[in-house]
Amino acid sequence: MRKSLFPIIVFVVGVIFITRLFYLQIYSTENYDIYEDNAIRKVFTYPKRGYIYDRNKVLLVSNQPSYDVMIIPREVQELDTIEFCSLLKISKDYLITKYKKTSKYSTRIPSVFLAHLSKEDYGYLSEKIRKYKGFYIQKRNLREYNTTIGANVLGYVAEVNRKNILNDDYYLKGDIIGKQGVEMSYEKYLRGVKGIEFIQKDRFNRDIGKYKNGSLDIPSIPGKDLTITIDSKLQEYGELLMKNKRGAIVALEPKSGEILALVSSPSYNPNLLVGRERSKNYVELYKDSIYKPLIDKGLLSMFPPGSPFKILAGLTALQEKSITDKSTIYCKGYYIYGKEKRRMNCHCGGGYRNIYNAISLSCNSYFADIYRKTIDSDNNTKKSFNQWSNHIKSFGLGNYLNNDLPVGKKGVIPDSEYYDRWYPDFKWGATTTLSNAIGQGEILTTPIQLANMTAAVANKGYYLTSHIIKNIDGDSIDIRFRTPIKTTIDSMHFETMDKALFKVYKSGTGKLLQIPGIEVSGKSGTAENFVKINKVKTQLSDHSIFVAYAPRENPKIAISVLVENAGYGSVWAGRIASLMIEKYLKKEISLKKIEKLVINKNLKTEYLKPYLGKPFKINE
Amino acid sequence: MLSERKNFFKIDWILVLVYFFLICFGLANIISSSISGENISLLDFNTLYGKQFVFILISFAIIIISLTIEVKFYERFSSVFYLVCILFVLGLFLFGNRINGALSWYSFSGITLQPSEFMKVGVALAVAKYISDFQTNLKKSQDQIKIFLIIFLPILLIVLQNDTGTSIVFLSLFFVLYREGISQIYLFIAFVILTVSILTIKTSISSVLFLSIILLILNYFYQTRKSRSLIKSALILIFSLSISIITNYTYNNILKTHQKNYISVWLNLEKDPIKIKQMKRTILYNLNESEKAISSGGLSGKGYMEGTRTIGNFVPEQHSDYIFSSVGEEWGFLGSSFTIILYIILIIRIISLSEMQKNHFSRIYGYSVASIIFMHFMINIGMVLGVTPTIGIPLPFLSYGGSSLLAFTLLLFIFIRLDANRINEW
Repeated sequence: MRKSLFPIIVFVVGVIFITRLFYLQIYSTENYDIYEDNAIRKVFTYPKRGYIYDRNKVLLVSNQPSYDVMIIPREVQELDTIEFCSLLKISKDYLITKYKKTSKYSTRIPSVFLAHLSKEDYGYLSEKIRKYKGFYIQKRNLREYNTTIGANVLGYVAEVNRKNILNDDYYLKGDIIGKQGVEMSYEKYLRGVKGIEFIQKDRFNRDIGKYKNGSLDIPSIPGKDLTITIDSKLQEYGELLMKNKRGAIVALEPKSGEILALVSSPSYNPNLLVGRERSKNYVELYKDSIYKPLIDKGLLSMFPPGSPFKILAGLTALQEKSITDKSTIYCKGYYIYGKEKRRMNCHCGGGYRNIYNAISLSCNSYFADIYRKTIDSDNNTKKSFNQWSNHIKSFGLGNYLNNDLPVGKKGVIPDSEYYDRWYPDFKWGATTTLSNAIGQGEILTTPIQLANMTAAVANKGYYLTSHIIKNIDGDSIDIRFRTPIKTTIDSMHFETMDKALFKVYKSGTGKLLQIPGIEVSGKSGTAENFVKINKVKTQLSDHSIFVAYAPRENPKIAISVLVENAGYGSVWAGRIASLMIEKYLKKEISLKKIEKLVINKNLKTEYLKPYLGKPFKINE
Repeated sequence: MLSERKNFFKIDWILVLVYFFLICFGLANIISSSISGENISLLDFNTLYGKQFVFILISFAIIIISLTIEVKFYERFSSVFYLVCILFVLGLFLFGNRINGALSWYSFSGITLQPSEFMKVGVALAVAKYISDFQTNLKKSQDQIKIFLIIFLPILLIVLQNDTGTSIVFLSLFFVLYREGISQIYLFIAFVILTVSILTIKTSISSVLFLSIILLILNYFYQTRKSRSLIKSALILIFSLSISIITNYTYNNILKTHQKNYISVWLNLEKDPIKIKQMKRTILYNLNESEKAISSGGLSGKGYMEGTRTIGNFVPEQHSDYIFSSVGEEWGFLGSSFTIILYIILIIRIISLSEMQKNHFSRIYGYSVASIIFMHFMINIGMVLGVTPTIGIPLPFLSYGGSSLLAFTLLLFIFIRLDANRINEW
């Protein structure tokens, strides 16, 4: 007993220890997972974000390095504050508050001390910063815009928000994501794929080098370069023409559905949302409630289309055989309808009207009449109204266009259910909804929908889903952008309509807009519009609207222009449409006089009217 | 002359091999847990492993010297060695340096020395010397008191210097006393003290009282009428009750908060998860990180110099007291259980060699060496694995530390020298 007690105890302790080791190392542990190891910092390496080129391979968006001054508060030593502050161009207060703030976060982990140094500052500082212990310069990538136009098309990048992180676990706090425009819709291609570097930490959370010399690191995959369909020259010209006006221009290539220009006015210089002043600038843009520069009006402004809608009303009537191209009515300069003998004014001057001069002179009476003929053709109002509605919708109106832009609006094209809801106990009919005939009433469209509609007319019966992407690093684009969508109207009626639309330019409302050497078909529009001011429905000056395509024989551009509250359609919107067409087809402008007028037109007083709180006149 | 040279080769090569393996393995782990740059330069004395390397070289000198010295020398001069050690420990009160709260270091020009480490050798020699004296009889209480004095004098001094951890090691010599025939009653008392203390802390004084009364009643009826003694039972009851009260008082009033916490964690007293979480960040940080490091090693470990927690210095004091967590992380279950088996082999080998000694001095000394190494092994690895309370003492041969390495080398090689002489004593 005396001899064996000690050896037994030694042995038992050995067994206990090995059992405990077995428990700790084999029984209770799962397989070693490097992602679970809090001794390894997983650092994401961010790939180069894809560049964006326009249709002519002009580089629009690239990347630029940006330099942040970082601080590790613990390592900061006594320094000559005056020299240091003047070196960084900061105040002493900034130094002290920032130092306190970062120390509060962590004294050991680096924080940003001063963000976004300019390249010049960086060059100068990079040599001097070594003198100041605890400070160093970190490089990061920022977007660089090689242009001042297309902010709404290109979009911008910003840090992800909580929602982004929740929706997609690719993103982590502090990551960059595309917001708005192409940056948003093609985020997945542009961003590339993050890589991972495994960094060994010590217990103070400091990095002490690469884990296993980086052998486990996953390299990042660079983002793909995009070519977009925008013609930057045309876009730039459009933005110039729209200066000091609120509205939008959408230009499409009818054969392909490619968006040549998507002007939203007023816009902003995309460079404003990069760098040190970013948040300040963003707040300013965001707060501008009159011009709303961050809203893409080409995609989001809904307004009554006005007279360009007559194109569809006419086509529908022809298709439904309510009229032929020979049908004629007599316009007295107004149109009386309904039991209450309501009156719709007409500005065509009066006279005998067929489809051709009704379009070219934009005769309200004619379209009111054919609308009634279409809807009231048989006794089943609902059925014929739905038929009418479906024809209109087949041009892409009243629904999302399913394009590759991150935002959009449906617009409104009513159907019978819509009016059943409005008039539950009332037998509604053509006269109840007569405003629809001339693109007023309940109908709402967006500029891109109008452009799309124009493209379908130019193509004589079909359109391709409008899109902004031309190619992604050589890959072909989505099949939905290559599949024609047919309208419900037979192509022969488009021949009729084309003649009518050409007549607009030849002798109609657009006769002052003729471009030498180019045959243009188009239609002007002047849309009444209303806002609520202090809960009172108030009419504002009419929107000036114009749609057109050219050249007539083989259309290369279809365009819609909206100039808010600018008045008569063929004046401002029409001029802009013609200038855009000439610019795109001829690359130079012969309509110099018009150009000068347009550029100098400023509608500020018009836009301020509803905000001044005083009574005002419209359409002066 | 000839026989002397022969003796040199009669040293026990198993012990020597295990020793060399352990110090080399220790150095390798110290490198891994203290390295900061990419280059390893063993001769860089600014690094911990550089220093350890120098201490290993000095150990070789100690080995040579301790193997060449005449066996009789140890026996004759053991009391002197003991007294010198006592003097050095006493000297700490005058010239000592306080490191981590313990007044156990002499330091001169950058080199620090911990005399309490060498005290172990002194006590082992003194105990061997005293017990092996043919006049000594451990059955006699007079001699018992003397031997207790030999052991408790250094314990007292070291406790006064606030180095409780080191002092506990000396209690291991109880194994020696037991082996050499001290009364069974001490074993019984030790057992009672340990059980009663744990029971008191874990439950309460009244439960101890209740339990001992029941046990004594059972015992009373179990024993024959003749040997029944109420007085004896009453004494035992009073004894365990007073132990219980003392323990309770010590735990609540004398122990410092951190010591109390170590014990309460060890005995699973803390149930509040928030408090446990908070303790894991403070006093249990080391233990927690060390367990995590060991767990992360898995079966075969992450590989030498690949231990992420070791490289990241997640375990403070990893090169010294917590060196075994580095072994666990980088060498895994295989490596760490191999290490434990090596220690067991070392200790059992010393014990069995001791039992073979004809010379009493050699046998008792060997037994002391085994007890001291075992105590260190048990407390250190037990602590790192979270089996025993946290008591900071080094792991022999593996941990960083010059005094510890030199003292253990001396301790072991004196025994190897004594053992080599076994054949001469026929």
